[in-house]
Amino acid sequence: MKKTLAGLKPGQSGVVDGLTAAGAVKRHFLDMGITKGVRITVERIAPFGDPIAVRLRGYSLSLRRDEAAKIELEG
Amino acid sequence: MHTLAIIGNPNSGKTTLFNRLTGSNQHVGNWPGVTVDRKTGHINYQGKRTDVVDLPGIYSLSPYTQEEIIAREFVLSDELDGILNIVDATNLERNLYLTMQLIGLGLPMVIALNFIDDVESQDIHIDCNKLRERLGVPVYPISARRGLGMDALLEAVTGEMQPPTHQPAYLHGVGAAIRRGAEILEQTNIRACSRPFYAAKLLEDDPQIVSHVQLSLEQRQEMDDLADALSAHEIGHDHEMMFADAVYDYIEGVVRDSVRKPAHPKLTPTERIDKVVINKWLAVPIFIAIMALMFWTTFGPVGEWLKGIFETLIQGKLSPWLESALLAAGASDWVIGLVCDGIIGGVGGVVSFLPQIVLLFFFLSMLEDTGYLARIAFIMDTLLRRIGLSGKSFVPMLMGFGCTTPAVMAARTMENEKDRRMTIMLTPFMSCGAKLPVYSLIAAAIFGANAGLVIISLYVFGILMSIFAGFVLKKTVFRDVSSGFVLELPPYRLPTFKGTVRGMWDKARDFITKAGTVIFLMSIVIWVLQNFTPTFAVAASPETSILGVFGRFIAPIFAPLGFGEWQASVSLLTGLVAKEAVVSTMSVLYGVSASADLSAILSGVFSPVAAYAFLVFILLYMPCMSAFATIKRELGGWRWALGAAAFQTCLAWLTAFVVYHVGMLLF
Repeated sequence: MKKTLAGLKPGQSGVVDGLTAAGAVKRHFLDMGITKGVRITVERIAPFGDPIAVRLRGYSLSLRRDEAAKIELEG
Repeated sequence: MHTLAIIGNPNSGKTTLFNRLTGSNQHVGNWPGVTVDRKTGHINYQGKRTDVVDLPGIYSLSPYTQEEIIAREFVLSDELDGILNIVDATNLERNLYLTMQLIGLGLPMVIALNFIDDVESQDIHIDCNKLRERLGVPVYPISARRGLGMDALLEAVTGEMQPPTHQPAYLHGVGAAIRRGAEILEQTNIRACSRPFYAAKLLEDDPQIVSHVQLSLEQRQEMDDLADALSAHEIGHDHEMMFADAVYDYIEGVVRDSVRKPAHPKLTPTERIDKVVINKWLAVPIFIAIMALMFWTTFGPVGEWLKGIFETLIQGKLSPWLESALLAAGASDWVIGLVCDGIIGGVGGVVSFLPQIVLLFFFLSMLEDTGYLARIAFIMDTLLRRIGLSGKSFVPMLMGFGCTTPAVMAARTMENEKDRRMTIMLTPFMSCGAKLPVYSLIAAAIFGANAGLVIISLYVFGILMSIFAGFVLKKTVFRDVSSGFVLELPPYRLPTFKGTVRGMWDKARDFITKAGTVIFLMSIVIWVLQNFTPTFAVAASPETSILGVFGRFIAPIFAPLGFGEWQASVSLLTGLVAKEAVVSTMSVLYGVSASADLSAILSGVFSPVAAYAFLVFILLYMPCMSAFATIKRELGGWRWALGAAAFQTCLAWLTAFVVYHVGMLLF
């Protein structure tokens, strides 16, 4: 099992290694700058446990846990 | 004269810039076949006129969302002479991704680097000359909000604009492959300047471009070979990813060269605000407080006071004045009746909602412009997702308790088409303000002391039904459409006074236009139906009018629900004009007089179970014509609107049927 963004806790960060998403979701990830080698930090989790807020490339993005699970991290 | 498109990411200040440039020379229409607004305007600068099209805010020229497709088709068409790319300087890396795609189009182009004041206040320095050098496109630092740097930008966009001086040299062989691909496309009819864009999209296997571009077998083979050669560079990487990686790598280089950040960047205001506003414990209380303020102001004392003023003006002043004017002009009774009861009654009744609608939209535009709307979606997403909606459905659904019409319009803020349609279809289940008088009258007449409980139960029933209907729609009409929730949490920004006022005025104008056309016509139709017999003689009593005859005809439909009297059927019909009309119609049809008030009559006509079934039907059946007209426009056609109305009415019938028969067994 590869480590994914969904496994990080608030304050932790990781470097993107690959995406397991397909179609529109993958395209959207890429357009939003979730590409290989970019560092993503989990900022916080929504009050009801999902979605999560992350920071990358100097801006904040919200995505659901099952989407975050499609973002593989290095290491 | 030439045509310029403003294109940029959402939240990059595009609308503010558009307003700055065009002033009041604007026109809002629709893109053909879709509900996305098409805003056009023109700049008059030093005697020269330049047409400007405001394209939807997009992150890329991908062919997935409606906005992206529209923007892409427009920039690839021949209508366009130049691009004004607005870039959020506080979010340079991600914004430049779209810029790189636009550069690939090779059209004359300038970049407006917006929010330059915010960047400076964070001690970040952007070297615009360096940016221009690296991108090959002139860069103008501006603050659209404060009007800084506008002269230089105006000078540039109204003058001779130039295409990019060079195409970026992407690494990993991507740049070389695009150059080679563009050469292959030389034998096609694609505009020479846009070949790099097409080559990149063909190499990425973009489905629409692949089917759009006519290539010979030989050319296609060459393209495929080129793509295969690229894949050999890195194993396990697909082309789409490779291209995005190469573009972002290039952007990172550009940003490194041209941006100087302080060694220890301080927290941005947005990060500090978010620490509180979407904090795990504080987020929900703050959210509830903001919503309460918004609704209390709109539907509470302030909104009611404003509405009262409008009602007095229309019914107390305008109507008597028109009546005496018509009398003086020698108009016949039926003309006076048509104008004063039919038109003023119908249109006026709807127009009196205008202050509340404007207030609601004031709050809504504040929520959107400040960036809080995205946080609401973030907070509420999990709860709404369970019924197949998304966090962004929350505000429209909540507004539905006030009035369905603005609520449906508010669904525009959702960019996912499936979520938006589903939200529009479910919003009418939230009991709107106009249903309350109907509930309270009937509940008081039939249920006496338990009236309050009955009313609350109806509100809850509506919410439960929307959850149930959400499940049904998710399993039938909107099956298999997975909607992601990748949503930018934009920086908090103070809305401008001008922008807010303009937004409110646009909404008010929309609403008045509708009241003046659709509702005007429907009011006349209903009035005629109420006052004439089927042979077009003046009806002596409502019973013999077309509506009365029709009511008798359809009454059997409602008999299985426990309220088969023709009066009830007709009142449901007039409820389509406005829900509160159910009450006034019943008063007329049941012959309310001084000796017999409606409550006494109703308690004789309805059994408690039948009354509850009747209320449930009123709660669920198709919304009033004002809401229906809005739904039709927002869903983009009669087929969808009628489908939604049929869905709601059938559900109402079935539910009332179940309520009546189960109730008869129990009580």
